[in-house]
Amino acid sequence: MTALIRATDLSVSHGGDLPVLNHVDFLIRPGEIVTVVGPNGSGKSTLVRALLGHVALASGRVERAPGLRIGYVPQRVHIERAMPMTVRRFLSLPRRVGDAQAAAALERTGVPGLEARQITALSGGQFQRVLLARALLGDPQLLVLDEPTQGLDQPGIVAFYKLIEEVRAETGAAVLMVSHDLLVVMRASDRVVCLNGHVCCEGTPQAVSAAPAYRAMFGAESQGTLALYQHHHDHDHDHVAEGHRHGPACAHTH
Amino acid sequence: MLDDFLTRAALAGLGLVLATGALGSFVVWRRMAYFGDSTAHAAILGVALSFVFSLPIYLGTLAVAVAMALIVAHLTARGQSMDTVLGVLAHSALALGLVGVSFVPSLRVGLDAFLFGDILAVTRTDLAWIWAGAAAVLGLLIWRWQRLVTASVNEELAMAAGIDPARERLILSLALALVVAIAIRIVGALLISAMLIVPAAAARGFSATPERMAGSATLIGAVSVFGGLWASLWFDTPAGPSIVACAAMIYAATLVVCRR
Repeated sequence: MTALIRATDLSVSHGGDLPVLNHVDFLIRPGEIVTVVGPNGSGKSTLVRALLGHVALASGRVERAPGLRIGYVPQRVHIERAMPMTVRRFLSLPRRVGDAQAAAALERTGVPGLEARQITALSGGQFQRVLLARALLGDPQLLVLDEPTQGLDQPGIVAFYKLIEEVRAETGAAVLMVSHDLLVVMRASDRVVCLNGHVCCEGTPQAVSAAPAYRAMFGAESQGTLALYQHHHDHDHDHVAEGHRHGPACAHTH
Repeated sequence: MLDDFLTRAALAGLGLVLATGALGSFVVWRRMAYFGDSTAHAAILGVALSFVFSLPIYLGTLAVAVAMALIVAHLTARGQSMDTVLGVLAHSALALGLVGVSFVPSLRVGLDAFLFGDILAVTRTDLAWIWAGAAAVLGLLIWRWQRLVTASVNEELAMAAGIDPARERLILSLALALVVAIAIRIVGALLISAMLIVPAAAARGFSATPERMAGSATLIGAVSVFGGLWASLWFDTPAGPSIVACAAMIYAATLVVCRR
């Protein structure tokens, strides 16, 4: 299968400082759910923006499949209260869509009938679902979600990831997520990339949650995910971390 | 019909609000109020230059306002803070303009007309400039409407849709420069921002979508023009400030009516 997006030897730096991303290789295939995890400042959002072509590269290259349709939900979308904006109008930005299409998208993401509401009057969970509905309107081959569950409570987070899996199953779209919610996201992903300026480790959630680099990076919280996967261990997976470049000492600071 | 100074004044005001309704909404959405103010102050330099080089006022102010928009875009792209760049440029240009004005004796007396406008003195030529400028601004905004609104909602979303937010920002700055140039005869350099912001702020209270807000702001601007001219005639008050005062009263009224 060919890749939707392939990044080779990607480096990005903001200004003259140390590079935010250092020789990162990344690849996402059709239909795959890939999650990028990593501590604050590890370059997760920068990686996403580089893959989308929003930032200049210091080195390396990013190849996107020709005509690739991407649905994007950025991190922390803030809409000024000064701007009146109904949900319906928002769904038509920048490409106008019909009423039936808009209603179907809202229905699909579990927030039917919100069309007339002001965006600024929505709850955090509703707003995330409206953003997802808007991203789905372009019939994307790839959904890119940057910290999509920020500000949601635990049940909200679980429900949101469940929705993402449903959408993937229905549309066959690949999903690239950046996340903090280790426990939940690990369960929902096909592949996890652990980032800290460079790729520390990557592979199936099971493999990554057992990787020493991952456990060193996330400490106590990683114990939870490890326990989770040990608990489910009677399935099969006994993989070793794939593409592990650095060994246990890779959580060092840069 | 155009022989009547009051008709000409009303037409000039209507031409202006045709542009300021929509553009003013963007100014409110994107918090560009200080930008508008700064461009307007810098326009005084344009007035001085027009007199020195015997150019039409509109050309001189337009040139200075456009130059200001381009310099601001360039400096902020190099990482300077927008606030600081605007403060430096606007006040330098205003100071230079006032120094320049002192070399033009005829202008020293008549500067008031450019600070506060003189809508009752607009000529047919003024009307042509004002309507051409307003039509250009409105046409530009309608042409790029979806892109401008998307970029104003969220720059990341805009970029993902292939829109360059920096370009849309520059387009709004240039539209603002054009509006400053046509408004300087009508409400003057000190009150241009008011015509952009006050009607849009009044329209916000009862608008559900960007389009309705832009439309309502235009309507409120038009009512203010008529109200201001009427007040000016009736109470013998200065016309430009009366128009702005009228818009401010509508804003106050919407605060009371739309309080929820």
